[in-house]
Amino acid sequence: MIHPSHFAAVLLFALCASTVFGITMRDTPPKMVRYGAYCFALFVGSAIVLSWVMFLIAR
Amino acid sequence: MASTPTRPAAGKTQKGFVYLPLIAGWLVPGAGHFLLGKWARGALLAASILAMFILGLAMHGKLYTSASDILSLLSMLGDLGSGLLYFVGRAMGLGAQPTQTTVADYGKVFIVVAGLLNVIAAVDAHNLRTGRKNS
Repeated sequence: MIHPSHFAAVLLFALCASTVFGITMRDTPPKMVRYGAYCFALFVGSAIVLSWVMFLIAR
Repeated sequence: MASTPTRPAAGKTQKGFVYLPLIAGWLVPGAGHFLLGKWARGALLAASILAMFILGLAMHGKLYTSASDILSLLSMLGDLGSGLLYFVGRAMGLGAQPTQTTVADYGKVFIVVAGLLNVIAAVDAHNLRTGRKNS
């Protein structure tokens, strides 16, 4: 069994999901790469922002 | 004056059973794109979906086998999106242990999302086959 940290799990999830989103939602390879990177940044960025929001709420 | 076809990929792939890439893509991740000659895309899709499914199992995620309530039913439908991976996993007794740790909960989500992403990939292959998506 593997035990990734929550953040490592977020990175793995974002990488795989962004790859599929990029390929399936755009027509050309450059647009696919751009959209995949955009999705990855949104996944990871929103996870970080929400983590900080929950941290501040819990204090 | 000759006009340039707007959908070259669609014109090239209009022979044979139209739902074959959809069904193949559902059964085996990336197979729908392989059938259409999209080797790189198929390989990336297969790698992503397989990685998510295997990581989910490696985290001791659960493979849903019954629909006792609405959430289990929806999760099982998500798992079924993985096609043969789901049936092989069940046949091998994988993902049968109850969810007891946080990591196993992540794993459960990885497996469900792998199935949902596989459905998206299979539909994309179908759209390429029918010409709804250009390339």
